[in-house]
Amino acid sequence: MAELSGNLLYASFFLYLIATFLFGGSIQDKKGAEEKKQNKWAKLGITITIIGFVTQIGYFIMRWVAAGHAPVSNLFEFTTFFGMMLVGAFIWIYFIYKTPALGLFALPVAIVIIAYASMFPREISPLIPALQSDWLHIHVTTAALGQAVLAISFVAAIIYLVKSVDQTRSNKRTFWLEVVMFALMCTIGFVIVSSTFAMTGYKESITWVDKKGAEAELEYHIPSLIGPNEWTLADENQMKPLIEVPAIINAKKLNTVVWSVGAGFILYGLFRLIVRKRVAAFIQPVVKNVNLDLIDEISYRSVLIGFPIFTLGALIFAMIWAQIAWTRFWGWDPKEVWALITWLFYAAFLHLRLSRGWQGERSAWLALIGFGIIMFNLIAVNLVLAGLHSYA
Amino acid sequence: MDELKCECGHVNPTGTILCEACGKAVGNRQNENKLLDMRYEGSARRSQTYNKSIIDKIWNFFSSVKVGVSLIVIALVASSIGTIFPQETYIPSTIPASEYYEQEYGAFGKLYYLLGFHNLYSSWWYLVIIGMLGMSILIASIDRFFPLYRSLKNQKVVRHDSFMKRQRIFGITNVSNQEVNLEQITERLKKQRYRIREENGNILAEKGRFSRWGPYVNHIGLIIFLIGGLLRSVPGMYVDKVVWLREGEMKEIPGTNGEYYLKNNAFIFEVYDKGNKEDEAFVKAIEKTGTAIAKNYQSNVTLYKQEGEVLPGEKPQLQKVKDFEIKVNEPLKHDHYALYQVDYKLNEFSKMSFYLMDKKTEEKFGTLTIDLNDPKPSYQLKKGYSVELMSYFPDFEFKENGEPTTKTRIPNNPAFIFKMVTPDKPEGEVSFVAIRENIEPAGENVYKMAFAGVETRNATALTVRKDLTLGILFAGGIIFMIGVVQGAYWNHRRIWVKRKGEEIWIAGHTNKNWHGLKRDIALVVQTTPLFEPTDQLNEEKFSNKGEEISG
Ligand code: HEM
Repeated sequence: MAELSGNLLYASFFLYLIATFLFGGSIQDKKGAEEKKQNKWAKLGITITIIGFVTQIGYFIMRWVAAGHAPVSNLFEFTTFFGMMLVGAFIWIYFIYKTPALGLFALPVAIVIIAYASMFPREISPLIPALQSDWLHIHVTTAALGQAVLAISFVAAIIYLVKSVDQTRSNKRTFWLEVVMFALMCTIGFVIVSSTFAMTGYKESITWVDKKGAEAELEYHIPSLIGPNEWTLADENQMKPLIEVPAIINAKKLNTVVWSVGAGFILYGLFRLIVRKRVAAFIQPVVKNVNLDLIDEISYRSVLIGFPIFTLGALIFAMIWAQIAWTRFWGWDPKEVWALITWLFYAAFLHLRLSRGWQGERSAWLALIGFGIIMFNLIAVNLVLAGLHSYA
Repeated sequence: MDELKCECGHVNPTGTILCEACGKAVGNRQNENKLLDMRYEGSARRSQTYNKSIIDKIWNFFSSVKVGVSLIVIALVASSIGTIFPQETYIPSTIPASEYYEQEYGAFGKLYYLLGFHNLYSSWWYLVIIGMLGMSILIASIDRFFPLYRSLKNQKVVRHDSFMKRQRIFGITNVSNQEVNLEQITERLKKQRYRIREENGNILAEKGRFSRWGPYVNHIGLIIFLIGGLLRSVPGMYVDKVVWLREGEMKEIPGTNGEYYLKNNAFIFEVYDKGNKEDEAFVKAIEKTGTAIAKNYQSNVTLYKQEGEVLPGEKPQLQKVKDFEIKVNEPLKHDHYALYQVDYKLNEFSKMSFYLMDKKTEEKFGTLTIDLNDPKPSYQLKKGYSVELMSYFPDFEFKENGEPTTKTRIPNNPAFIFKMVTPDKPEGEVSFVAIRENIEPAGENVYKMAFAGVETRNATALTVRKDLTLGILFAGGIIFMIGVVQGAYWNHRRIWVKRKGEEIWIAGHTNKNWHGLKRDIALVVQTTPLFEPTDQLNEEKFSNKGEEISG
């Protein structure tokens, strides 16, 4: 059962990949980019997307049956679920606006997220007592759905900016858009690095001295560039860390970050060398037929649709569950606070939309920041700011 | 108060920008060549009308969206600062905060502590920000709701030409030689669930007006939620205590003023087990973790209620209320109180037994069992043999001067000073006994206390909680959700159809989702001679199109 479930996840991954290319084909031809007049490519694209989505639901259900609880209880499960909800949200919005360009950008984001998720331990894990509650499932699924719909606004914003930012001159706007592209490359870099070393079974044991002066063991699964405080290698032939960090910094996590960013630089550099254009400039022709007003509205609508779902899932259901499991509905735990911050941010977004000046490009930049906050909550808070929620 | 009379005859309150009835500009504030600014229907808002007294100024400050958004952003940034390092509640209680932050996070940690960020969310300035946010929500809503309500209530079917032309969605069809079936149009509008008002062949079709109240409803929800949060500090609304209970022990539940008692019958701790059939799916994860993964913490308890008055010194009259299994996620709830499983301690020593023994012959002269939570002063053994408990240290350690002392009252490391009285030593021999220690202060003894066994039991910690504000908070949350859904999933759409000689004018407005409005209109005019009105925002040269407005 667990194996079948894993295979279904692979299948959906590849179906999303195929669908991306189909959407790519669909907007090559002018007719396809206009709303409501879907061409054959677009129809095929959305069909494959839906099949992929159903396949992934299959993965979800199978794993649920195998584990005896909804698979949203560790970082791998939650992140793949988020990817699935992202595709679901895309399908939903697609049927409102019928814009294939959205698929061309939304699916790659979902693909990268699912690939990222797969880098975390994939065993089916048992639930500790605090997590044994239906409210956990209700809270996590609605919160993820809300975040996914909000993420569609990010996707639309990217399309908006790729089209509207003038690529003939370089300025702040082109720079920040490239920063987003670079971040995407770093994520891909992380996936490449982790999976390469995982395939070769790389392992490195390091002894180090922690904050309290006690000796501790660490196991690296990618070569150590960043070594922990007063490291000694178990095996002299291992690669030696280049830099040693003080004990208050988690060297292993920092090492992973350094590798990912390094890989991102290489990928990005290679791209620039070969293509000799900014990434955004390179993809700009793809979106030339997109109607900016429509994309702006899609971005805004996704926030409008996503905001109530997010509030319900990430705040209200979360509070109900926290009251039951932790005796208090709110405890200022980092994950809770970042959910509040996300919520406040999108509230600010909606209020800024009330004044005319904050539509179009400005609101697109805001949507990028909003997604940044969601990703921060998903990744950084879990991995960096430790708290009750930390799955790792 | 001087009021503004529009040429259509309607009297508007001071400060009105667009006539409530016909939509003609009555104030001089709208740029005449642009699309109308339709926010709040151009109604008279207090904040836009008065700016003299100090109250006006405060009012205007808080009703500004710019200020509101700034407050939201300030709250957001302030909240994020509190997540850089853990808040004081999350640090180990064994180290004082003043040391912890510096020790764990170095100079930054120290600064963090000195700035008070370790208790950020209860700091006065954080509360001030939240308070100002609440004020802003309240005042901004009042400032807008009443004028908007009035304006929408007073609107007439026929709108002024300038109002029609300056709508974002607008189009004119010349119908001089064609039949236009207005009835068909009305039918189609009705089919799309528009409410129709007709006047002399002019139409106002409207739907989803209630969605305009969404923001106000959700803001009320927020205010109620904030009030609920405030009430928490009112005495009696909120109880938060912890009670430790050993197995078999019964105690008054703190915070209930002696009304309730609880008995711990058993505490159960279970872990996931590789060998267990039902945990089969988790074998890999269990192997990888290495340590045991907790599966269940459970206290089997009995709740008692105190009946009638208790006089001091008298035993309470207890009536059994119920048996319950408290687990994480399954608190025991009764009469506004809830008891939650929060902590436990396994295998605490409860009883220890010893033999009185002759050291040489190893002959035993009976056993004694000491209840570590309630030791007796002396224990009678065989005739002529007895043991006196001279001192007892439940959690023993040596003081710096070498004297024994106890750290706590919990029997973590019990130690005893016994006096053994036997027929041949009627004065008694003194012996100090601790775990794996046996000291004879007065030199060589003939007898000793030999360890015979220990009994343990589990202890459970339960949080006692009463929170009368939960209902208010919940109501606030529900109202917020209703309002936010109301405002986000519906929108207020209006379509005006005006007959003007040979022409038919169509204008449309929605507060959001223009795509939906356009689709609605397209469905209405298809197959009729009417042109689909255009979205004037998309036409670049619009600014020259406006008509002169007289008066
Ligand atoms: C965390 C706090 C707040 C939340 C969650 C919140 C929520 C909302 C939401 C969801 C809307 C509807 C937006 C839309 O449909 O596009 C709205 C509208 C509005 N909010 Fe807030 N709000 C908050 C604070 C404030 C503050 C501080 C102000 C003060 C200026 C304010 C003033 C307004 C106004 C004027 C509207 C528009 C009303 C209308 O269109 O009729 N809000 N609010």
